[in-house]
Amino acid sequence: MSTEVKEALATSNGTERRLNMIEAINEALDIMLARDPDVIIMGEDVGYFGGVFRCTAGLQEKHGKTRVFDTPISECGIIGVAVGMGAYGLRPVPEIQFADYIYPGLDQLISEAARLRYRSATEFIAPMTVRSPFGGGIFGGQTHSQSPEALFTHVSGLKTVIPSTPYDAKGLLIAAIEDNDPVIFFEPKRIYNGPFSGYYDKPVEPWKRHDASVVPEDYYRIPLGKARTVREGDALTILTYGTMVHVAEAVCREKGCDADILDLRTLVPLDIEAIEASVEKTGRCLIVHEATRTSGFGAELSALVTERCFYHLEAPVERVTGFDTPYPHSLEWAYFPGPVRIGEAIDKILSE
Amino acid sequence: MADKAATTPGSNRPSLELHVPEPKFRPGDAVDFGHIAIPSAEGQKRPDEASEPRDLSEYPYGLVRVLGDDDRAHGEWDPKLDPETLRTMLRNMALVRAFDERMFRGQRQGKTSFYMKCTGEEATSVAAAMALASDDMVFPSYRQQGILITRGYDLVEMINQIYSNKGDKLLGRQLPIMYSSREHSFFSISGNLATQTPQAVGWAMASAIKRDSRIAATWVGEGSTAEGDFHSACTFATVYNAPVILNVINNQWAISSFSGFAGAERTTFAARALGYGLAGLRVDGNDALAVYAAQAWAANRARANGGPTLIEYFTYRAEGHSTSDDPSGYRSATEREEWPLGDPINRLKKHLIAIGEWDEERQAEMDREAAERVKAATKEAEKNGILGHGMHHPFRTMFQDVYEELPWHLKEQAEQARHEREVKWPEGKPE
Repeated sequence: MSTEVKEALATSNGTERRLNMIEAINEALDIMLARDPDVIIMGEDVGYFGGVFRCTAGLQEKHGKTRVFDTPISECGIIGVAVGMGAYGLRPVPEIQFADYIYPGLDQLISEAARLRYRSATEFIAPMTVRSPFGGGIFGGQTHSQSPEALFTHVSGLKTVIPSTPYDAKGLLIAAIEDNDPVIFFEPKRIYNGPFSGYYDKPVEPWKRHDASVVPEDYYRIPLGKARTVREGDALTILTYGTMVHVAEAVCREKGCDADILDLRTLVPLDIEAIEASVEKTGRCLIVHEATRTSGFGAELSALVTERCFYHLEAPVERVTGFDTPYPHSLEWAYFPGPVRIGEAIDKILSE
Repeated sequence: MADKAATTPGSNRPSLELHVPEPKFRPGDAVDFGHIAIPSAEGQKRPDEASEPRDLSEYPYGLVRVLGDDDRAHGEWDPKLDPETLRTMLRNMALVRAFDERMFRGQRQGKTSFYMKCTGEEATSVAAAMALASDDMVFPSYRQQGILITRGYDLVEMINQIYSNKGDKLLGRQLPIMYSSREHSFFSISGNLATQTPQAVGWAMASAIKRDSRIAATWVGEGSTAEGDFHSACTFATVYNAPVILNVINNQWAISSFSGFAGAERTTFAARALGYGLAGLRVDGNDALAVYAAQAWAANRARANGGPTLIEYFTYRAEGHSTSDDPSGYRSATEREEWPLGDPINRLKKHLIAIGEWDEERQAEMDREAAERVKAATKEAEKNGILGHGMHHPFRTMFQDVYEELPWHLKEQAEQARHEREVKWPEGKPE
């Protein structure tokens, strides 16, 4: 059990409960609805039905229809309306059913939510958190698998957060909702029910066997902009987030590789200090993400590491990513940056 | 063709033709607006504010008018405003026009980069704003400066913003005329068209969620109704019965594109309301009393939880789109004088004269006062600098307010900007 979890348990009533990521997200939303009367949840199917992934189950019944409600199928409308609610003084938490469907809302996110504080010199702000399931590994094909985080990390004024465990999902979501800046909160749906080793042909491992499924019942928050050390090691640094945290960890375990794995958790603002400290220690860096390679967030990470840790590097920075193709359906496991691709990249870096 | 007919499958069917709309008049053409139906102001019926949208189906195809050809107020829509209120309305519109004139000239003199007039459309913001409560939230486009002036926003503040000078409370970040004033319940203007329409609906929904009594109103040009956001706004407004007024300013032109490119050849913009189940009104936008009456009708409706209203104000963009536009390149110069609904200021003036509450001397005096006021405000604002003359906010403010707190990467970039300044001006330069 991580120190963070232990500390959090020590400050709560100490009951050890194990939740999956869906339950952790649901609990974070429930707590924030109860704590702050300005928190509003809306999106397609989030109300009565409780969400296609059950993340909002029971919340409408508990908090009422004007706090948690269904919307028309219009991502532009959902986000635009949330900007207006934020201008009024609410703290909306809109859901976009799949990150693949966030694009109709991009103008409202990029031109409006992200710029509002700046362009109005703080007269109006957009304190909203856009939750959206993202990532592949579920046979979701082209439009239920994408990882569009780089579109958002490129926008000044937005924060981008991606949890990889139930414990983090709850603490980061609470912090995101309380943050006065617009936050894109991507939930890796492949690991909603359990961490993923990258071996799609093995049975799903439930969260309850993972330390980070111990989630305190009470309110707690994990600060945005702080990475988590998944495992400590000296051989190389692996920078990753979301589902790939678990895949990279499993590969290292299997290979007996003594990697320093950082789960970035927040991409903007990035925990640059943690990255620098780790790469300066190991002298080698591997970046792993599911998203396509060209102009992906890995390119930014690679540039930062090269610029800031150049004289500590003993090997070129490597990137393991999805291929530069739309996400395929039948060939998902040829596309997915799995154990072979990661393992070979580790071998290559360590052989330099 | 015979060969083709013999060899191409389906060639016995008629060929299709793409219809590309074309405005009636182009530069040099004689203008005749006889095709525009202008109903009489007399005898117009004002429906109950609690009416069901389906019972209002004639209104989106009509034209609500109050001021008749005799310059008198007629019919049930007459808001019966007292003369003092009418004179205030006239004065606000005159001030907006005087302001536009001077700012346009300021741009030509190089004091700023850009300006947009609202000439001919003053009633659609001034009279509408007068029908709302001062704390009803407005989500304007870039051509509703009349709302700010009606709400008493300081002209010096407006000019500071236009000049992006050191007095600009938006810190020189925004293009001229993209005002913001929370104090005046005037939402920050964005360059991205129609984005404000779902935002207004969201604000109105928030007001309803909190059991507040304030309503929201938004303004959008007829060209921008083609944006997807407008469809979202109408859908959300009707689904949640949001207390919002969706004002469409149909001034016939979207830069060089006539309203036909937004769909006006076959229907009215007010008629869009019918498909959404919104109350819809089509109003003479150059009739200040009709504008006031329609906005008040919609405001009463929204305030009583009667739901949203879509209003089309039928008007004419008398000037170019902006200081960067020359309308003589795409439309006939005589359109403005031929416009059948006249000029909103002139019509209200003639009404006040007709009822014995005004005269040409007072009008001339009022115009002089408006020009003097704008001139004085301009001089005052120029003390804070004009664009490009170095009197702007300190460079470090460029990095602030991107986020609530300055993240490390922006701190580093701010430091780089500071360094660049030292290299450029080693002997030091005031911020």
